[in-house]
Amino acid sequence: MSEAILVPPKKKASVVSKKRLLRTWKSVMKHRVLYFMMIPGLIYFLVFRYLPLWNAQIAFKNFQPLLGIEASPFMENLFEHFETFINSFYFSQLIGNTLILSLMKLSMGMPIAIILALCIYESMYKRLARFVQTISYVPHFLSWVIMFGILLVMLSPGEGLINEVIKSTGNEPIPFMLSPQWFRWVVVWSDIWKETGWGTIFYLAALMAIDPTLFEAAAVDGASRLQRIWFISLPGILPTIVVVTLLRLGSILDAGFYQIFVLYSLPVYSVSDIIDTWVYRQGVLEFQFSMATAVGLFKGAIGLALVLVANRLAKRITGSGLY
Amino acid sequence: MMNKAKSFDDITFQILVNGMLISILVAVLIPMWKVLVESVTPLNYNQVQAYGLWLPFSKWDFEAYKQLLSHPFFLRAVTNSSIITVGGTIINMLLTVPFAYALSNRTLPGRKFFIIMVMVPFLFNAGLIPTYLVVQKLDLIDKYWAVILPGGINITNLLVMKAFFEGIPEELTEAARLDGANEFHVLMRVVMPLSKPILLTIGLFYAVGHWNEFFSAILYLNDASLQPLPVLLRNILLAANMNEYVEYDAFSSASVQAIKAASVFLTALPMVIIYPFIQQYFTKGTLLGSIK
Repeated sequence: MSEAILVPPKKKASVVSKKRLLRTWKSVMKHRVLYFMMIPGLIYFLVFRYLPLWNAQIAFKNFQPLLGIEASPFMENLFEHFETFINSFYFSQLIGNTLILSLMKLSMGMPIAIILALCIYESMYKRLARFVQTISYVPHFLSWVIMFGILLVMLSPGEGLINEVIKSTGNEPIPFMLSPQWFRWVVVWSDIWKETGWGTIFYLAALMAIDPTLFEAAAVDGASRLQRIWFISLPGILPTIVVVTLLRLGSILDAGFYQIFVLYSLPVYSVSDIIDTWVYRQGVLEFQFSMATAVGLFKGAIGLALVLVANRLAKRITGSGLY
Repeated sequence: MMNKAKSFDDITFQILVNGMLISILVAVLIPMWKVLVESVTPLNYNQVQAYGLWLPFSKWDFEAYKQLLSHPFFLRAVTNSSIITVGGTIINMLLTVPFAYALSNRTLPGRKFFIIMVMVPFLFNAGLIPTYLVVQKLDLIDKYWAVILPGGINITNLLVMKAFFEGIPEELTEAARLDGANEFHVLMRVVMPLSKPILLTIGLFYAVGHWNEFFSAILYLNDASLQPLPVLLRNILLAANMNEYVEYDAFSSASVQAIKAASVFLTALPMVIIYPFIQQYFTKGTLLGSIK
């Protein structure tokens, strides 16, 4: 009985599928120029996005450059590189640094960006507000190497601005960039200086979308400015705050590779060495290709899981997400 | 009475808000200003005022800039960076625009497959070494291609552009198609002129990325004569003396600090100049599609 329902008469099916095939073929031919336009992009994706995924197999192999990727032998225990990493002395330090730096940036950077967005939105001097907005975007476009130069000018123990101030109060200058005690704060605050302005874009857009009659009604009811922010503006941008937080948590393992790669040095490895910088040194400087790839995959897999969860949560709570 | 109380409340609030705006402005500008002042401070100038934040204009000395701009190392790095930026951005746009346009066509057979094909590497990155091995195998090491091609399409930019194209009213493109235009003409004559904001925004993002290209240059370009400006800048910043980077002249020279600061300033300059012209477009462009 059930089979009869599941399998429709054969002849008819082939006619239908032939018709459908013909229709698909016609549609494909109709769009042939579009396919033609996609060719360069498709080649790009195959070569620079999918070939690396294929190459990632060396994480399970004992990669020998002379043999090549395919011919290199698999490890007896496929996950040996992963296990070595997880059991190594570095593991807890790398994960710890990565999480600490990410969370510090998120928890301190975000409130400042929200406050800046609120100030820009509330200021009655629109010109000043727009000027501050424009200037605060600029550092986003500066590279971390330029930031390194700016930080040297501000922080160097010799004649850095901040150390000049410290010296003028009669205290000893602090070698911020080389001190394990201070370096994390350098990383966090330089990131805040660079990215806060740019980070306001999303909150400002959310503020602009709030119905202005809400503010007017509240004003008529005698709500103070601060009450209006607390009861209208903040709830209005709450979905944006939730989405941004979740997505940042989803990429929590990206603690800022380019930044740390440029700013750090041997004396501060213990407080700033993150997964990505370690992968770079293992792979590129020490030629431990298989090990570095395994750690990269480990990070990628956890990152994927986190992003998927974060995105689902963001969509469930606010209806919007990354994709 | 009521009105007065309210306006008093408003005034305190505005003082607070604008005071905060001004302090943030100062916090952003001081480091940039300090770099500028340091770059024009003459050699052996020791009457620094206000922690080196103030130097009378009559004392401004552009020796460091002269030294840098007349040195072959610096000029070569500027040339390299310009080639990478212009060439790289053109290739980025040639790869991204047609691909995004094709993906934005909702009737394209296989569209779902292509979108999944884009999303997989967006969510899961194979990592540094596997990509390095591809570049190595293609024999691109020590060629400009090595810093341009692996980042040929930025997937976020691709998705933003696709979202923008999807928002263009179908009547416009359909009308052109009925007039007998093929998709290529529709893209060139109808879609692209309507997409100026997004094209400029994404073009700027790509260009900034190339001008700032540092890590991939360290990774793929070992030949010193190919190195772009950020790599030279870092070498200058890490160097103890400037003998290598300026023509050393005992009589008229600039201090090490001034040369370091001047090279920071010169590297940042093109971005700071282009930025205001494109700024008007990119707020809208960035928002679209980055969070949907």
